[in-house]
Amino acid sequence: MIKTESLRKSFSGKTVLDGIDVEISDGEIFGVMGLSGSGKSTFIKCLVRLVNPDGGRIIVDGRDILKVEGGVEMARFRRKFGYLFQEGALFDSLNVLENVCFGLRYLTDISPGEYARVAREKLELVGLKGVENMRISELSGGMKKRVALARAIAAEPKYMLYDEPTTGLDPSLTKKICRLIKEMQDRLGITSIIVTHKVEVAFSLSDRIAILMNGKFKVLGTPEEIRNSTSPIVKEFTDRSECF
Amino acid sequence: MKTNPFEKIGETFIYASNRAGQLAFMIKSTVIWFFKAPVEYGEIVKQSVRLGVNSVGVVMLTGLFTGMVLALQTGYTSISLFNEPLYIGTVVGFSIVKELGPVLTAMVVAGRAGAAVTAEIGTMKVTEQIDALYTLGTNPSRYLLIPRYFAFFITLPILTIIADFLGVLGGFAVAMIKLRIPSTVYWDNIFIYMDISNFMHGFLKTFFFAFIIATVSCYKGLKTEGGAEGVGKATTESVVGSMLLVLVFDYFISAFFIVIGLI
Ligand SMILES: Nc1ncnc2c1ncn2[C@@H]1O[C@H](COP(=O)(O)OP(=O)(O)OP(=O)(O)O)[C@@H](O)[C@H]1O
Ligand SMILES: [Mg+2]
Repeated sequence: MIKTESLRKSFSGKTVLDGIDVEISDGEIFGVMGLSGSGKSTFIKCLVRLVNPDGGRIIVDGRDILKVEGGVEMARFRRKFGYLFQEGALFDSLNVLENVCFGLRYLTDISPGEYARVAREKLELVGLKGVENMRISELSGGMKKRVALARAIAAEPKYMLYDEPTTGLDPSLTKKICRLIKEMQDRLGITSIIVTHKVEVAFSLSDRIAILMNGKFKVLGTPEEIRNSTSPIVKEFTDRSECF
Repeated sequence: MKTNPFEKIGETFIYASNRAGQLAFMIKSTVIWFFKAPVEYGEIVKQSVRLGVNSVGVVMLTGLFTGMVLALQTGYTSISLFNEPLYIGTVVGFSIVKELGPVLTAMVVAGRAGAAVTAEIGTMKVTEQIDALYTLGTNPSRYLLIPRYFAFFITLPILTIIADFLGVLGGFAVAMIKLRIPSTVYWDNIFIYMDISNFMHGFLKTFFFAFIIATVSCYKGLKTEGGAEGVGKATTESVVGSMLLVLVFDYFISAFFIVIGLI
């Protein structure tokens, strides 16, 4: 279970997170929506301390991770998490296969001989085949996203944090990735936090959705509740008639 | 609004001690991970080869021409003062082995390999690849810094020996061809006066230089901010910083060596 209490973060005087309280239970898919620049990425980065919050508490499986001292201890703690970066953050000094294998060495007990097989399996899950030996610079945007996704899920962590998992993907790939996330929840009981601005992705996948605005989760509820809500904030997000 | 000069001094002091703190933290965490985790030999070899290949050509040319110009200058100065070229080998040998070999090699390596390291780590920083290292169970100290420290510690001494060798050889060529000094005189001038401690004086410095360049280039890379422009800026700062620190520390290390009798 992930629980945050009055989580706060500001960058050089500008408040980005202004007291976030939320409880995400095991096995849940939790959607986070919000305008560009509202602090969605900052929120999930705080959960693994890629960004250090200014205040508040983050309790993961009963332990306050802001109290974890020392790199070694923190590294052990981060093993519970998989993280899909918004821009992929693939290692461009390594090829596709090496990227996907990368975490297996540090995060799992899989024997080195098995790495390639596991990596190919994950690449297939995201709809990629025969790209193992390509360099990162040779990939298209959507391919990068999927390689990054394969890398993030390779070690099958307990918690998955997805920053815009379907951005830049065509509709059929979007569906494929949504199915994959759902399947990982069903099959492995993986808890997911999904940052997305695609309404249909958030609504079809999430058990609960939060809308981040002015540093707080202004709206939080099941897709059903949110669909029926009359709040103007929700209207702004779910209004599909973007261009007239 | 009037600014208090003490405020400025205080700010500068806080900034500097902040920097020093971050540097110390980086070095500390690198040492900790060196003992806590298995060393990645593959990465060390890869980085050493890259660094060596990257710099060896320029180092050779630098060594060669430095030795040549030293012989030329001492030769003609000596001729104009004493009517004959005296102690060319001695001057070239001592200058190259104790100072110019180590220092110029460090300059070249700072400019090529140090810049490359900062640019690479800086790019990784601004594209979140450094963050990705953390989420994939490792960290920059372990995966990037330890192999690069090793690479500098391994290659800088080797490159320095290459530079020393070519410098002395370049001096020899000029002494023979331009100054018409018999080859035995040139070599005698070196080997009669020079012993192993003179060589060690220069050689041991390279480890300090390696430490300086590795520390500055890695630190500047990890602190990079602001996209591609930031990478360019960090790279320049890294090269200038390494070069200045090498020159400054060179004086103090030399002075220290002289005090302990390693002349
Ligand atoms: N390292 C940083 N230094 C300074 N400001 C930052 C930093 N990271 C984020 N910010 C600021 O924090 C705010 C929130 O950024 P964040 O990346 O979390 O937004 P986001 O909701 O993920 O946006 P998007 O949907 O465009 O990805 C932005 O205004 C951004 O300028
Ligand atoms: Mg974002």
